[in-house]
Amino acid sequence: MSTSTTTKNASPGLVQRLTKNWFYLTLVGIAVVSLVRIVTDTNDLDSAGTLRAAIISTCPILMAALGGLWAERAGVVNIGLEGQMILGTWGAAFFTYHYGPWVGILGAALLGMIGGLLHAVATVTFGVDHIVSGVAINLIGAGAATYLAEAVFSDYEGGGPRQLIGLDPPTIITKTPVISEAALDLADKHWFFVSDVASVVAALTTNISTLTFIIFGLVVASAWILWRTSFGLRLRSCGENPQAAETLGVNVYLYKYIAVLVSGALAGIGGGFLALVSSSGYGAGQTGGRGYIGLAAMIFGNWRPGGLLMGALTFGYTDSLRLRDTDAVHALLLLVALALLLIAALRAVRGQINGAIVMGVAGALVLAWFLLTDSVPREFTVMTPYVTTLFVLALGAQRLRMPAADGQQYRKGSAG
Amino acid sequence: MPSEVDAVRLRGIGKRFPGVIANHDVDVTIRSGTVHALIGENGAGKSTLMKILYGVQKPDDGTIEINGNEVVLKSPTDAIDNGVGMVFQHFMLADNLTVLENMVLGAEKLHGIGDNARAEIRRISDRFGFELEPDVLVERLGVAARQRLEIAKVLYRGAKIIILDEPTAVLVPQEVDALFANLRELRSAGNSVLFISHKLDEVLAIADDITVMRRGTTVGTADPKTATKHELAELMVGSELPSPETGESTVTDVVELELHDVTLTDEFGRNLLSDISLAIHRGEILGIAGVEGNGQSELVEAIMGMHIPTSGRITLSGEDVTRWHTRKLREAGIGYIPEDRHRHGLLLDSPLWENRILGHQTEAPNVKGPWINRSGARKDTTRIVEEYDVRAPGIDTLARALSGGNQQKLIVGREMSGDPKLLIASHPTRGVDVGAQAAIWGHIKRARKAGLAVLLISADLDELIGLSDTIQVILRGRFVGTFEPSTVTPQDLGAAMTGGQTV
Amino acid sequence: MNSVRLRRVGMALLAPAIAIVVSVLVTTIVIAAVGSSPGDFWSAMFSDPSPRLRVNIINQTAMIYTAAVAAAIGFRMGLFNIGIEGQYLMASFAAASFAGAAYLGGFLNVAVSIIIAVAVGAAWAGIAGILRTTRGVSEVISTIMLNAIAVTLVGYLVDRHGVHEGNSVHTKTIKSGSMVKGFTPYEPRDGQVWALSILAVLVGVGFWVLLNKTRFGFDLRASGQSQSAALASGVNPKRMIVIAMMLSGGVAGLVWLPALFGDAGSYGTSYQSQLGFLGIAVALLGRNRPLGMLFGAVLFAFLSAQSNTLTFGTDVSPSIVQITQGVAVLAVVVAYEVVRRWRTRLERRVVADEVPAATEATA
Repeated sequence: MSTSTTTKNASPGLVQRLTKNWFYLTLVGIAVVSLVRIVTDTNDLDSAGTLRAAIISTCPILMAALGGLWAERAGVVNIGLEGQMILGTWGAAFFTYHYGPWVGILGAALLGMIGGLLHAVATVTFGVDHIVSGVAINLIGAGAATYLAEAVFSDYEGGGPRQLIGLDPPTIITKTPVISEAALDLADKHWFFVSDVASVVAALTTNISTLTFIIFGLVVASAWILWRTSFGLRLRSCGENPQAAETLGVNVYLYKYIAVLVSGALAGIGGGFLALVSSSGYGAGQTGGRGYIGLAAMIFGNWRPGGLLMGALTFGYTDSLRLRDTDAVHALLLLVALALLLIAALRAVRGQINGAIVMGVAGALVLAWFLLTDSVPREFTVMTPYVTTLFVLALGAQRLRMPAADGQQYRKGSAG
Repeated sequence: MPSEVDAVRLRGIGKRFPGVIANHDVDVTIRSGTVHALIGENGAGKSTLMKILYGVQKPDDGTIEINGNEVVLKSPTDAIDNGVGMVFQHFMLADNLTVLENMVLGAEKLHGIGDNARAEIRRISDRFGFELEPDVLVERLGVAARQRLEIAKVLYRGAKIIILDEPTAVLVPQEVDALFANLRELRSAGNSVLFISHKLDEVLAIADDITVMRRGTTVGTADPKTATKHELAELMVGSELPSPETGESTVTDVVELELHDVTLTDEFGRNLLSDISLAIHRGEILGIAGVEGNGQSELVEAIMGMHIPTSGRITLSGEDVTRWHTRKLREAGIGYIPEDRHRHGLLLDSPLWENRILGHQTEAPNVKGPWINRSGARKDTTRIVEEYDVRAPGIDTLARALSGGNQQKLIVGREMSGDPKLLIASHPTRGVDVGAQAAIWGHIKRARKAGLAVLLISADLDELIGLSDTIQVILRGRFVGTFEPSTVTPQDLGAAMTGGQTV
Repeated sequence: MNSVRLRRVGMALLAPAIAIVVSVLVTTIVIAAVGSSPGDFWSAMFSDPSPRLRVNIINQTAMIYTAAVAAAIGFRMGLFNIGIEGQYLMASFAAASFAGAAYLGGFLNVAVSIIIAVAVGAAWAGIAGILRTTRGVSEVISTIMLNAIAVTLVGYLVDRHGVHEGNSVHTKTIKSGSMVKGFTPYEPRDGQVWALSILAVLVGVGFWVLLNKTRFGFDLRASGQSQSAALASGVNPKRMIVIAMMLSGGVAGLVWLPALFGDAGSYGTSYQSQLGFLGIAVALLGRNRPLGMLFGAVLFAFLSAQSNTLTFGTDVSPSIVQITQGVAVLAVVVAYEVVRRWRTRLERRVVADEVPAATEATA
């Protein structure tokens, strides 16, 4: 793969640089969103309901992205995430039906891990091209889930050949005492800034699945494990220079295996979330390409946990918005226009004139679109994440920094 | 000071790869607390031996004793546990990780990965004058600093036996001096150093003992206090070394290739080539000498049209070809023997006859119009295999299956086909056996007599001096000296190559 | 010489043989594991297909094969065109819209529609090619994104400009004068072999000739084997990437046309998706070789068609064949890798036996 061209003195990625000042950035971000909300008079832009939907949309993508991170940090490209996720949806449904939702989540992880194991055997042990193996895993995952659902779920209560509904979700926090109501009240005041923060608080404390918190916890845990432990260092060294790792006594195969298994498990949990939280059961074709989107979110986030979180949130938000008020979609145009113009200004300040012009023109176009129309077709919202990803890659691929040995074959004894 | 027990004793080591015997009957003894030099030509089997001692590869025969105990080294971990550390010729560092991360990788148990490790790195760095900052990304380090980091890595693991594989190949003279100071420091701290090289001056300067390897085995030992360079050279090459001498001059006054002030700049604005001017006449061999990585590859790629020069002009037979693509240049009659035949010269998983077509996809007898001429290409491949003595079962054999020498002979035969006007030969005999080497020299000499202009790039100074009509020395992308092969010595060239002296 | 070639053919067949055995085994185990009868399954699968299914197998083979060739063009030069799905979607929609609008009549309409399909497919793939060469974006990611964009874009366009009928929507129906039906080998109720399936034959032959007989094909294969060697041999890698990508997309554009002009008559609910992914699978199964892929396409079409008979008489659900197909693909790529390693070792030994071993290091 040649997703990124690494250069000797590459400046840190755009996303990376922005996340460095994440606190101020968050404040500015909230202010801008708040401004747009008030100017366009679309409170649904960041209402607690919208945000809740956005979080629910984000979680599966986030898990796929995190799974991608684990595998690629160890040097294995895993486009089999989609297939592992599909296996996860089936596993979650099956185990939840029999043993309840928490065992269901473990089951989802287990099924995803089986998909990961296949990928690891093919790519690590047998040296099959990573993309080829991933494509095959996706076929197997989809086929296995479809067949197993037809064979197993048809006889279950609430089940059919293509679905299994009425499953218990993992514990939901319906209401947090005091905070929920206060936040909702405050959000309904539609004040500048304050109400927007209140919306966020309300969304995080009301009607939210505990699994959501676990998932966000997994992101933090992954960041800690991969960057703060010796285990993580060894794992990352396999993605940067496996030959070097081998000469220092690191068992490269072992770490690659672990990474791909974890990767599959995380994707599986993402599938489990889809089945148990996003909807109330298994449905054929439920993943809808979220494994691929997760991969995109990871690249968007420059192979870093903070970055992929932002990527997943962006995708999750636009994904959720299409189900909601079309006015909000239209208001989103203004938000995008402002964001583009802001980036253009930043680049101009840094002296990157070409980048500034491209961003500026794009921003102006979107702004014109906003001013000249009253609504945006729903389909365009759906398309947004994909188009955004293409743009980010096209404009920033040179600055992205993937692990140096990502996607490469490695055979033991090749050092020296 | 040397103690009673030897640090390392290798006895009867043998290692075979499919079709190749890399090592056989190797005996080496390293006394404790000494710098031991292992010398030999490229391809003599030194690197394989080192990988065996470091557990990267398993020997097929023989025994390894470390500090008097026989050991079996299944992996680098075993070697590290036995106090053996290795600095590879190609550094084993992850650019995207910090000095600290590269250092502690695999040895996290010693001092953790945090402040304790940081302190230990500082201690080693101060002790030996390595000047390493723990939290700097390795990609920001220069070559010498990377090498110090590699040595520090080995020390960090508490190694007492340190293997250095061709450590000076990438260094400039001052850096070599600094390295030797470091090595003496290590020796006085009680470590044993195995120093691999083919540079005799350096070996005589630093070593306490010398072992010589040739054609996969140890052929003798020498005492640096008494041995001369000539004796060592004889041991290294043996008596059967063919001479690359070219005989009388065949240089004509027709200029075939000319470069005027060619400059090539990379994406960050650094000059890879600066104001290179040269002229090669028909029947002339121009040799380029230089420490690897000083612009030789870029020069070749600029002439071959793989990089368009930032400024300057290139003419071939009087025609301006500065902006021509590789294919057009090849069609115009340039033959090209690339420095890395696996990456640039062959399709390893294709049969020999398809490799005959590679690089000559638009020329007879390989094609007729837009069509591949299969029978023509096959017939001509058979001719090359016979004329150039390519040892292969047949032309349907995959290129990968041939030995390096036979692969190279195939490439030479291919590039000599179709009467080229200009041959660009990068390290044409690197990694090939002595027989193939003599054959390749013979072909180049014959072509020169027939009026071919040749640009010869080589790290083998004897080859350069023996074959060339003129030698240019390149340093940091610039020509820094012109030499007459009839009068120059390898020492003169060596000095110019490292910037010690310009003419 | 002949023994070398004979052995090579033998080894080339070894990998698919292993893969088929493995996928049969896995399928049998899975069926047994959920408590169904593998015996019933295999006897149903290997029964003689009915005339209707035979027609279906031929039509499906043609479409899958075309998609496989599209994938193989990319694979042979080391490009992963995961975007065939999106390319033939865009192309099918464009061709259906143009043909339905009836600017032209009769066969001229068909011919121009085919050209449009090829052009649209090539253009859509070309975006990925250009992003790769100018911006260094991996074609894997960009084609995945382009697939998703194509789905929404076509959904939007057909919704906006299509003909709404009840709950469904489709492009304007092609006039019967511009339909290319095909021939009826059995009874009319058994369906027709679509005439434009001939496109698959042309594509297959063209692919073989291009790859093995032309300079361009040599350049393409050389680029796929070793970018660096191809560059040194005078191939312009950027141009090659864009051309190969567009060629792949252009062929992808043809995938659904036999169905469009043979039966469907418009882009709508009868559109068959997933052919792109099946094509990629078949290309992997057939090792990107024209004959290998033909075998793979027939196998996939046969399995899918025969699985329809499972609903009568067995309790095995038809989707089991998806597992068979997926396992076959994974098994075959693994088996090829194993065979390749084995073969390299063997050839080295042959060379070593015939040529006295030279002493030298493998640096």
